[in-house]
Amino acid sequence: MNLPLYAQLINLFAALLLLLAFAMLTQRRILSLINLFAAQGFVLALSTLVVAYFTHQYHLYYSALLTLVLKVLFLPWIMHRLIRALNVRWDVETLINIPATMLIGIVLVIFAFNLAAPISEIAGTVTKSTLGIATACILLAFLMMITRRKAVSQVIGFLAMENGLFFAATSATYGMPMVVELGIALDVLVGTLIFGVFFFHIRETFESLDIHHLEKLKER
Amino acid sequence: MELLLVLGVPFAGGILLGVWGHRNFAPELNSGMSLLTFLAAAVLTARIIADGPILVWDELFFVDSFNVFLVALTAFVAFTTSLFSRPYMRIELHHGKLSPNRLRLYHSMYQMFTFTMLLVLLTNNVGILWVAMEAATLTTVLLVSLYRTPASLEAAWKYFILCGVGLAQALFGTILLYFAAEKVLGAGGTALLWTHLYEVKDQLEPTVLGLAFVFLLVGYGTKVGLVPLHNWLPDAHAEGPTPISAVLSGLLLNVALYAVVRTKVLVEGALGTHFAGNLMMGFGLLSVVVAAFLLSRQKDVKRLFAYSSVEHMGLMTFAFGMGGAVATFAAMLHMTVHSLTKSAIFFTVGHAAQKSGTQVIADIRGLIDSNPTIGWGLMFGSLAILGMPPFGVFTSEFMILTVAMHQQPWATPFLLAALGVAFAAIFGKVQPMVFGTATAKRLPHPPALLPVFAHLALVLMLGLYIPPYLATWYRQAAQLIG
Repeated sequence: MNLPLYAQLINLFAALLLLLAFAMLTQRRILSLINLFAAQGFVLALSTLVVAYFTHQYHLYYSALLTLVLKVLFLPWIMHRLIRALNVRWDVETLINIPATMLIGIVLVIFAFNLAAPISEIAGTVTKSTLGIATACILLAFLMMITRRKAVSQVIGFLAMENGLFFAATSATYGMPMVVELGIALDVLVGTLIFGVFFFHIRETFESLDIHHLEKLKER
Repeated sequence: MELLLVLGVPFAGGILLGVWGHRNFAPELNSGMSLLTFLAAAVLTARIIADGPILVWDELFFVDSFNVFLVALTAFVAFTTSLFSRPYMRIELHHGKLSPNRLRLYHSMYQMFTFTMLLVLLTNNVGILWVAMEAATLTTVLLVSLYRTPASLEAAWKYFILCGVGLAQALFGTILLYFAAEKVLGAGGTALLWTHLYEVKDQLEPTVLGLAFVFLLVGYGTKVGLVPLHNWLPDAHAEGPTPISAVLSGLLLNVALYAVVRTKVLVEGALGTHFAGNLMMGFGLLSVVVAAFLLSRQKDVKRLFAYSSVEHMGLMTFAFGMGGAVATFAAMLHMTVHSLTKSAIFFTVGHAAQKSGTQVIADIRGLIDSNPTIGWGLMFGSLAILGMPPFGVFTSEFMILTVAMHQQPWATPFLLAALGVAFAAIFGKVQPMVFGTATAKRLPHPPALLPVFAHLALVLMLGLYIPPYLATWYRQAAQLIG
């Protein structure tokens, strides 16, 4: 193993991201879930910074800054305020069958690596080996959205998926053009704000944030 | 210049109505803004037809005969829907279903929604297209949940989550597309521009592009409402205000399909096979068949016509998937007539539901007695959407079927059976609604039925006679993407 320093660093961050994705999948307390999301954003910002420094892709510095401000500081801050206002801060979700979820997660990771293998082969970036991990993060976030029953954790799953996508963009192509990235960030921001307003409406109407109240509209 | 107006007017409208949207004159302001957008779009269309495609502002916007036709259609239906929404929303306010603040939100988001759709159509950048599509989702989520009833909140949540996940797939597809394009075009802005991508489409890496197409089709296909990704669609249509059902069905689905078709052309060029088209045909055919069989089980009138939209979007996807000049021509004609007819139907259904105070089919009876224009409007609209001659839907469906018989004979029995089942289901439900014994009450504001008959007249005209300039225009566009 004689990888250069930056490659080792990037691989380390990628491994951390995957670990955090698994931690989020099985975390039952909402407060810790938000902290994990913030940690994932932080690792993402760090890895983007490392890529930017070693490849001299200057626009990635802005991306890293954007990630730091939006996903590490602003969104978690909003989430913390929301759960305090909604009084669900100490809520614990009952997750069914954590070991089974973990096993499905592992299968998803293998699938993701297979999916990404042909693409990483032709990628010219130094980060190509992490594309599999990025895909795995997306799929794990998707799994999290499916298994969760609380509105807040579903939204965090949604945001974690966006993290995975961002990581995929950085590892395959050194990030999308700046204008697109700004647009995506704007959408994520506005989306989260709307979600936040939604929480209050849902709570007001159903007196709970459980999604199982939202399963009435079916084919009758 | 016209382009600036087409995008600027609805954006400015969104901001202005965000301030004044609760005033008495807001509905008129909304219609006025939509009229201006439509006029600008008409001028833009005239210029594109006369001078050919244009590419402006650092190649940021691109207009050719394919997207200008959708721009004109979008601006037109947005305008007529704003006319319909004037009395409709006043009646809702009168019935106490809305507060003035909600009305302000409604008007502002209506304009913003128009803006995002036009941006999707006009932008030259695949990434911006994604951003605008996500913004369109966000604006419509607010519109679907406008009444804040438990059912509407649920519909909006489902819509938000499903389309959010769908669009995340599309973003992954876009990243893959950028990845392939960057190899040929170099990093930076130009690698995501349609115009540049089309020039080098045969040099793009086929495996990556094939994978990208799958993600893009699943992503934007969620928004088109293709089975099995259609779950959000009937709920969102049934629970939101009716003008929004009309623009969702008539416009947003078209816009999402536009994104799929654009990528299909690119991917077929790169792969040199019919992989993308086959995939679209499969999804399209499945949507037509499943939606047709679900129609007869519907008890809510807006859900009924929402499923009919799934069926028709499936038919268009199938036709675009077959490819070739005639099928593409037919698909675009079908896009036009479906938009016009379906929004006209939703206009009449909206007023019918207001008169009866319910959307349940069994409780809406005898429209022809209580208000003949609504009754006949619904009857003719339904006949038109079911593909009865001489309406335009018949022409386009007939063309699609003839091409299918030549190119994909195995698919025609499925299509014919589905169309037959859909006919029986919808006609059987609409007939008692129109001709039964009346139960309806009077409305506090006179309904706006001019848009209904304007749309139906256009559809009738397209069935009997397609003006030569329109035909040339469709043919140009069909050549571009066929």
